[in-house]
Amino acid sequence: MNTDFQSVFEKYSWQEIKESILAKTSADVQSALRSDGRRNLEDFKALISPAAMPFLEEMAQLSHKLTQKRFGKTIQMYVPLYLSNECQNICTYCGFSFDNKIKRKTLNDEEILQEVRFIKSMGYDHVLLVTGEANQTVGVPYLKRVMQLIRPYFSLISMEVQPLDETDYEELIEEGLNTVLVYQETYHQEDYRLHHPKGKKANFEYRLLTPDRLGKAGIHKMGLGVLIGLEDWRTDCFLTALHLDYLEKTYWQTKYSISFPRLRPFSGGLDPKVEMSDRELVQLICAFRIFNEEVELSLSTRENPVFRDHVIKLGITSISAGSKTNPGGYVVEPESLEQFEISDERSPKEIAEMIERQGYQPVWKDWESCFV
Amino acid sequence: MSLKIADKTFNSRLFTGTGKFSSASLMEESLLVSGSELVTVALKRVDLKGQDDDILSHLLHPQFNLLPNTSGVRTAREAVFAAQLAREALETNWLKLEIHPDPKYLLPDPIESLKAAEELAKLGFIVLPYIHADPVLCKRLEDAGVAAVMPLGSPIGSNKGLKTIDFLEIIIEQSKVPVVIDAGIGAPSDAAKAMEIGADAVLVNTAIAVSQNPVAMAMAFKMAVEAGRMAFEAKLAQPSRQAVASSPLTEFLNN
Repeated sequence: MNTDFQSVFEKYSWQEIKESILAKTSADVQSALRSDGRRNLEDFKALISPAAMPFLEEMAQLSHKLTQKRFGKTIQMYVPLYLSNECQNICTYCGFSFDNKIKRKTLNDEEILQEVRFIKSMGYDHVLLVTGEANQTVGVPYLKRVMQLIRPYFSLISMEVQPLDETDYEELIEEGLNTVLVYQETYHQEDYRLHHPKGKKANFEYRLLTPDRLGKAGIHKMGLGVLIGLEDWRTDCFLTALHLDYLEKTYWQTKYSISFPRLRPFSGGLDPKVEMSDRELVQLICAFRIFNEEVELSLSTRENPVFRDHVIKLGITSISAGSKTNPGGYVVEPESLEQFEISDERSPKEIAEMIERQGYQPVWKDWESCFV
Repeated sequence: MSLKIADKTFNSRLFTGTGKFSSASLMEESLLVSGSELVTVALKRVDLKGQDDDILSHLLHPQFNLLPNTSGVRTAREAVFAAQLAREALETNWLKLEIHPDPKYLLPDPIESLKAAEELAKLGFIVLPYIHADPVLCKRLEDAGVAAVMPLGSPIGSNKGLKTIDFLEIIIEQSKVPVVIDAGIGAPSDAAKAMEIGADAVLVNTAIAVSQNPVAMAMAFKMAVEAGRMAFEAKLAQPSRQAVASSPLTEFLNN
């Protein structure tokens, strides 16, 4: 039978999920924590519920142990390369939003190579390409050309760009694309429409089914997540876990990663509707690890240094450092419009030293570009 | 007491991995203490273009033979390509063939592994395939010309020990090539057990690398592997649930 995530998603109601999470008790949490086998989605609900808060240290210990067993004492290093801030979408929380009347920039080949050389000089071998959604300038032909241009410099190339069609992904995978990050932002449909009033991104369903298209195209790894701050994070993260669960069973040859971006300020932007405390973010990280021992968990420079230093041991498996969130930010045009303000300004070298001090090995290369 | 695989003789029956350590220098120290003479390295983790790769530069000891592995490939075609790259870059025709298209449990694909093994053996590689504890597959791989077989004890990195022991025993009984038990060995007692049932060697990574004291754990595994092998060679007494004092059924023959 040919199904997709839509058919799974439609069986759930936002309100019912929200209530059932709030109804979880400490007995549910204890049963999730002490389970011998693998945890299910109901266990995940318990682990992200308010009832789990008194068990945070126990969750952290378990998450630490499970992460080391699977990933060892290592942390993967990646860095974003913003190619363009041109965008036809209006997203109420994003610096690149179409209605943000600031000068736009798309890097040309020579500028990309300048940025690449700088990124290489920081020690990176894995890179994440980022753009806004502007199909005239940064469509598939542009992305394909960039892949061909930079492939000789990196072992692993990821992308966080607009959702594409299955055949587009196939073409880019042929060019060496390994990983695609596509965040749903929120699974709350009405709220999604409020935050994305204009542009192709306004199409909730097309975005929701992007992981299915990626899976069908045979991508090696995909990253999921929601933007924390738009809606009730517990319900949104449960739906992320549900999505992950469906995808792992359907596209079993693909690897998955989860991110937990908390809404960051940018010029003229929106304040979070829902605040998530550091304590709650730790709870969420541990809950994902206890729920799924194999999923990669990633943390960006949105988070501050003290927080980042402490969560290295709690379940995170990959982090960025020295990031710029504007096109040309490393060398070409340091003052161009950035997507969001970063909180951790330390260099990759400083971050690597911090990781080593904690008894972990920073990993710069974990792929071979010949594996297509 | 030595083990021969293809053209090489090993005094240590403990093979080791290089992943998951907190630093390359701790890896080096642990592997030296383990006495291991065959060390597997993921091709995807080493910098083949650079001159001073952090992992390789810590493995420059004459007792360490490198066993490049193809972790990350999903098909026989990719494995053959990766093998050729490894042979050129690391100057060895030894290869740990790993094809696990399932990135969650990293379970090996028997069909692609057999295809790749057939082709790689023809290309002159010394192939050590990582596979399920499947006795028939092991015989098929033997026919394909592999130098040893590496069946799993339990899922890789799981530390669950020899869950597949009944099948491992059949493999050991039938195999004409050395049997190296790979994956799942979580404690020195698992390694000792593997040797006691007659495995030719074991491969251990996670249990050493992730322990609180990898150097001490490496030593513990070295001793366990030696003890287990010695016990196997000395012929273990069969365990019995009760003392056998008389022979009620055959006693009449003595009258």
